[in-house]
Amino acid sequence: MTHENAPLPVESAAPLVSVENLSVTFRSPDKTVTVVNDVSFTLREGEALCLLGESGSGKTVTMRSLMRLLPPTAHYTGRIRLRGIDVLALKAGQLSGIRGSLVSMIFQEPMTALDPVFTIGQQIAETVRRHDGVSHAAARTRALDLLELVQIPSARRRLDAYPFELSGGLRQRAMIALALSCRPRILLADEPTTALDATVQIQVLLLLRSLQRELGMSTIFVTHDLGVACEVADRVAIMYAGRFVEHGAVDDVLTHAAHPYTEGLLHSTVHAERQGGRLEPIAGSPPDLAALPPGCSFEPRCVFARAACRAGMPPLSERGAGQLARCIRGSSIHEASAPVYDAEASL
Amino acid sequence: MIFYVIRRILYVIPIAIGVTIVCFMLIHLAPGDPPDAVLPDNAPPEMVEEVRAAYGFDKPLPVQYAYWLSRVVTGDFGRSIMTQRSVASEVFPAVLNSLTIAAAAIVLALFVGVLFGALSGYRSGTLTDRAITFVATTGISVPHYWLAMVLIIVFAVNMRILPATGMGPGGSSGFAFNLENLRYMVLPAIALAVGPAAIIARSVRGTVSEIRKQDFIQTLYAKGLGPTRVFLHVAKNAAPTLLAIIGLQTAHLLGGSILVETVFSWPGAGFLLHSAIFSRDLPILQGAVLVLAMFFVATNLVVDVLQTFFDPRLRRG
Repeated sequence: MTHENAPLPVESAAPLVSVENLSVTFRSPDKTVTVVNDVSFTLREGEALCLLGESGSGKTVTMRSLMRLLPPTAHYTGRIRLRGIDVLALKAGQLSGIRGSLVSMIFQEPMTALDPVFTIGQQIAETVRRHDGVSHAAARTRALDLLELVQIPSARRRLDAYPFELSGGLRQRAMIALALSCRPRILLADEPTTALDATVQIQVLLLLRSLQRELGMSTIFVTHDLGVACEVADRVAIMYAGRFVEHGAVDDVLTHAAHPYTEGLLHSTVHAERQGGRLEPIAGSPPDLAALPPGCSFEPRCVFARAACRAGMPPLSERGAGQLARCIRGSSIHEASAPVYDAEASL
Repeated sequence: MIFYVIRRILYVIPIAIGVTIVCFMLIHLAPGDPPDAVLPDNAPPEMVEEVRAAYGFDKPLPVQYAYWLSRVVTGDFGRSIMTQRSVASEVFPAVLNSLTIAAAAIVLALFVGVLFGALSGYRSGTLTDRAITFVATTGISVPHYWLAMVLIIVFAVNMRILPATGMGPGGSSGFAFNLENLRYMVLPAIALAVGPAAIIARSVRGTVSEIRKQDFIQTLYAKGLGPTRVFLHVAKNAAPTLLAIIGLQTAHLLGGSILVETVFSWPGAGFLLHSAIFSRDLPILQGAVLVLAMFFVATNLVVDVLQTFFDPRLRRG
């Protein structure tokens, strides 16, 4: 940002990921629904961003847009650049060239996200051969290295195993190995631990965090789990009804929530220092995206709502160093409230 | 894998024994006394007894079965009541003729069915899909003997470009795979292929569109694979279902094409069964049903083994 006037090569000057005013609309003959609305963010090399929100808030769609992995009914506007490449302008062949190599994805449910009739080794080697054009033997060797990288025990034997022969945790590790097979610079993880047992969740999460640091990848996590968010992320973006409502460094957002929705999420989650206290659910349910309220989308559920909230969608405004929130309340109100969440104590 | 195959082959033994029992019992379940068919109505009782003894009908059933089975396993199915020729010499050429036409029909049905079924599955919901579905539904509903007659009227009678009936100048024994003889196969093969082609197209469509909705397809695209490579995955996932249908349709064509073989005077198993039923030629009936049933069992075995080759999950069963 400080080098705006200096003509530097695209790779080093531009952030690795840059999303500007991204909107995603699903069109069908009988209705049009805007699922992601005017989302902008950037991500530097090695940085981890967490998209947090309820089901249907648009976090998964936002992430899948980065590799245009949405059904043909999706229409994108805005701009997505990965290492300077304009993703929305790519032709099909060019797009598949960056999928799996520059940017790759870990899916939520490894049981259904892996092809049931091919072995783990075949599925990884296939990706390696697609992007690196190496021999069968070399691809298989690389697949074995990858299984060892993700700490799958008896990796050589697991290479010839089918997905149904592995436990949930091992399957997700295999999924991670698959995603890492062509050394991606950007890793997208769509609720990577939601389908796993609690104990396995933490192991997989710690593995992901250490791999991300070791390999220096930029990572975007999608989750609805605050614990996951503060464990793995540098920055967090809270999504509600297709928009970012709050965005900033994970410590700032979770300790000084500036948006009432973020506060609501924190109050409705179990954490150590509030043990014994009652959880406060957020009243109401997420709005119908096809019939959003005229003003702030969160206004119908917001305890601070007033007439001005119905006048129009508030813009994202600065709340201290790099923290943005989409709320008309000034920073003075929330500063009175005590921090409700201690990131360190959560895991 | 090898253990699964061995186990699956061992399962065939009790099934095969069951089949022979059912085939043997056919004679005794059928209405009327077998000797009645060959003897005049006013035959003296001594002659009836003589015939019964000659065919072994005077012995207890288990003894008759054991005796019959011991001959069957050596390839001796007895003699036809009508022609006095050995059942094997009647049944095997007929089954071979049916196999010839069934194979041609299945290859044709497979080609057309898979092509249009996959196209329909890939374009599900579009006009192409609906058009193919309409044609396939019509194909399933059309009676094949009616279609056979229409084909004869159009191509043999009116246009005179293909022969109407029979297997060619040499008949059943002189049949060879040359251009002249193959012309005789065209119309019966088409008449037999329409139903299976429609059924294959419908199930391939269903299977392919179902597979394409699964999560792992997204993973394949996310890996950067192109449409051709993704199709390979779809095909391997669809293969077990397709194999099961091919197996059933092949078995069905072998024994179930009585009407089409009759319309085209194709001397196959259906044709033979048809005449054996009307002349109450029970040894022929028994032999033909047994051979066809064994084909059915063998087809199922091959399908089951091939399926596990495509889907390892089936090996556990």
